[in-house]
Amino acid sequence: MVKVPMTAKETLEAPQLLELYRQMMLIRVFEEECARQYMQGNIHGFLHLYIGEEAIAVGSISTLRDQDYVVTHYRDHGHALAKGIDSKSAMAELFGKATGCSRGKGGSMHLFDTSKNFMGGYAIVAGQMPVAAGLALAAKSKGEDRLVICYLGDGALNEGEFHESMNLASIWKLPVIYFCENNLYGMGAPVWDTLALADNIYKLAESYNMPGMRLNGMDVLEVREVTQEASEHVRSGKGPIFLEAQTYRFRGHSIADPAEYRHGIEVEDWLEKDPIVTFKRKLLDEGRASEQELSDIDGAVMKEIEEAAKFADDSPFPEIDTLFEDVYADQPVPSNSGRLTE
Amino acid sequence: MPEISYREAVSSALREALNDDLRVFLVGEDIGPYGGAYAVTKGFTEEFGPDRIKDSPLSESAFVGAGVGAAMGGLRPIVELMTINFSMLAMDQIINHAAKVRYMSGGQLSAPMIIRTVTGGGAQVAATHSQNFEGWFATVPGMKVVVPSTPYDVLGLFRSCREEADPVMFVEHILLYSSRGEVPEGTYKVPLGESDVKRKGSHLTIVSYSRMVLLALDAARKLSQEGIEVEVIDLRCLRPLDMEPVLESVRKTHRALIVEEVWKTGGFGAEVAAQIQEHAFDYLDGPVARVAGAEVPMPYSRPLERAAIPDSDVIAHAVKSSIMG
Ligand SMILES: Cc1ncc(C[n+]2csc(CCOP(=O)(O)OP(=O)(O)O)c2C)c(N)n1
Ligand SMILES: [Mg+2]
Repeated sequence: MVKVPMTAKETLEAPQLLELYRQMMLIRVFEEECARQYMQGNIHGFLHLYIGEEAIAVGSISTLRDQDYVVTHYRDHGHALAKGIDSKSAMAELFGKATGCSRGKGGSMHLFDTSKNFMGGYAIVAGQMPVAAGLALAAKSKGEDRLVICYLGDGALNEGEFHESMNLASIWKLPVIYFCENNLYGMGAPVWDTLALADNIYKLAESYNMPGMRLNGMDVLEVREVTQEASEHVRSGKGPIFLEAQTYRFRGHSIADPAEYRHGIEVEDWLEKDPIVTFKRKLLDEGRASEQELSDIDGAVMKEIEEAAKFADDSPFPEIDTLFEDVYADQPVPSNSGRLTE
Repeated sequence: MPEISYREAVSSALREALNDDLRVFLVGEDIGPYGGAYAVTKGFTEEFGPDRIKDSPLSESAFVGAGVGAAMGGLRPIVELMTINFSMLAMDQIINHAAKVRYMSGGQLSAPMIIRTVTGGGAQVAATHSQNFEGWFATVPGMKVVVPSTPYDVLGLFRSCREEADPVMFVEHILLYSSRGEVPEGTYKVPLGESDVKRKGSHLTIVSYSRMVLLALDAARKLSQEGIEVEVIDLRCLRPLDMEPVLESVRKTHRALIVEEVWKTGGFGAEVAAQIQEHAFDYLDGPVARVAGAEVPMPYSRPLERAAIPDSDVIAHAVKSSIMG
């Protein structure tokens, strides 16, 4: 089954629409703040911004339930915030502070918050895919009512781990959605130079006897709708599904990359499709929200991020003693008498 | 003598190879128009064309393995693994094919290739991106492993690597690219398997490689002001390993300290320590000491990362403890 949905049909109430807007805005403002803090020397190492791709994380994760697992790559701020990680603990992590969601040990590329079932950002390209399959296997074996959604870039499609995971998930009928964020580049490499099937990525799924669908990753409602459909497929026990969202990162690969390999016209074209700007226009045009409501949201989001930055700044660095914590568990795991669940 | 950066040294070594030998081509991720993750191959595509500067998809196993086959087929591939962390995805091709094909074929085949890669921590890129695996490769018969610390050694060693009939891992350090050093004109070479005495001293011998050599030299300069004279030996190659200058030095100083960035357990320094006691036990006035990275996955947070990687103060302190007993 290969489907290319064209229009979004779902009807949402105004509060839900505003919430989608708020979440996208939260990610956008969070990351703009990250870029500023990086320049000021408060964030270090690699910083991969998700700006331009917010509709994917927000659209898809907003259809999930709390118990569903999210697994993603190093461009993970958007997925983390959409899954409900507190912007304070995410920002503190980027500052390397003890109050960070990974206690300062992971940094931008390795956010984790199991309390939100956000199972992590993984920084080796495609390395998250087998892990997602395993989480899905655990859920299925334990009879848990949850699915796994696993994000990957177009670059990941070239790794063996992509192909191995797709096949494994398919033959084991695992409850996982593999969600490819095709932003047309893996670092400086355009998909049309690196992928044999660059124009039809979603069709890769066919080779694994898995449904594949393509969608417009700049349209939060379309993302919602397709993810909804994909979840139903997965939840009904039919096995995994593969989605390809077409999108664009508005910034360089990482903060250090001026992205000179992309043509101005191409960038301009995509900026026109800004998922937040277009959604805002749609809400206004269709009379689903007022200017006032939206600017109230903007104001609240900016305040939240300002507070997150202040929280991060005020938080202490981890104690040096914590360097040796969490290499191993402190204690052995007690036996659960062989039961499958705790 | 002109002074150049470590990055410039790698770039010119690659340029030379491409200019001298039409069998040579480069392959790796984003080495083309992007210019390489560490800007080593900037401008190469314009200069040599996309057939010789091959951008590869993110497929480490495939392009390293293709390098092995291309070498078997008569080309001279120079493969870039963006960082040594990603070498794990190509491990099978490196260890089972590149390093073994000569032996397994009874000498009929060989894979003369250079695999360039980038090791090291200190850039705050956390656990998956801050590792030092060069020692692993040096445990494999059939592989050669080069770990230069200066622009001079980069150029000289690379020229020798090109004459190797077998695969070589050429391991650059992420924090050294901007470091500078003098390099003579002309095509001098540094042979593989020649450790280098980077500083003379009589009280203790530091054995190190890659970036830690520079920190050891720093420590040695500081200690010299306190009247402690440390000899610093740069192994430059982990395999073939040249222990002679180390042993000679230890016979003179009677004390050895090994300094490396990798985890201490099973680090390459353990091999060096074992060989020192095998061959110079009677000359030692104390146990062979080691300074190494903390035994943890590399943390992101700056103070934690700093605490995990040895610095010149830690080295100086270890020298003193060793001498004071
Ligand atoms: C196995 C591996 N190879 C190389 C890298 C270096 N690297 C990090 S991100 C990246 C590009 C990935 O592109 P894509 O999958 O399209 O994701 P995007 O960055 O576009 O979101 C590369 C080459 C890595 N982290 N892991
Ligand atoms: Mg991409």
